Amino acid sequence: MAFGQGRTGGPGGRGKGAKGADKAQGQRRTLFRRRKVCKFCADKIDDINYKDVKLIGPFVPERGKVLPRRISGTCARHQRKLQTAIKRARQIALIPYVTD
Amino acid sequence: MADRQYELVYILPPDTTEEQAKELHEQLEAIVTRMHGQIEKSENWGRRRLAYEIAHQKEGVYVLEVINGSGELMKELDRRLRVMDQVIRHLIARVDHDKKVVERTRSKRQASSERRRVKRGLPPVRQPGEGRTSETDELDHDDDRYDGVEV
Repeated sequence: MAFGQGRTGGPGGRGKGAKGADKAQGQRRTLFRRRKVCKFCADKIDDINYKDVKLIGPFVPERGKVLPRRISGTCARHQRKLQTAIKRARQIALIPYVTD
Repeated sequence: MADRQYELVYILPPDTTEEQAKELHEQLEAIVTRMHGQIEKSENWGRRRLAYEIAHQKEGVYVLEVINGSGELMKELDRRLRVMDQVIRHLIARVDHDKKVVERTRSKRQASSERRRVKRGLPPVRQPGEGRTSETDELDHDDDRYDGVEV
């Protein structure tokens, strides 16, 4: 009986990751996933400038591509700004287009 | 109509002397003033490594100019820069609009935070030594935020 109750409680927790559900998920899967935050929102960086290589750098992995949102956790608005910044930085050779 | 603001960045070959750079700057300034523009700021970043080779060069001298002027002026500058041999790469970007947006969001955020603080009975501006400073310091080392692997 006790098992049955546990089961019924389970599937509800799978969805959105509310606080209680997180715990249940943690027990089922030992993998810990960190909640992703948009770096620009968190640090309150309004201006994503193409001249600021230090800021953009972490979003351009070795290969030279733009780091996707699903990995970086950047919000849509800031990803869009980041994208233009990266493209401009590439044009004036601050960031490579490709690296092999 | 109010002038627009543009940023112009151009790259010169690494063996360019100071005088040559200055001469080029004056040349550009002449065009700008002739077309009723104005150079607000000029910055020489000096020699930098290029991320990729341009015109068989691995290094370049970067110069940044912030120019107030019309679109026609920038068009003319762009055309001239294309023709000049001593400029190996240039980029023109309009910045006034973005700057305005940034300013607006910043002031908005500040105003709302002040409002909230006053509501809580605190002085509108954050006092030194107030709040949880140590925690935010820890959060600054946030490399793991974006190198996380997708699960």
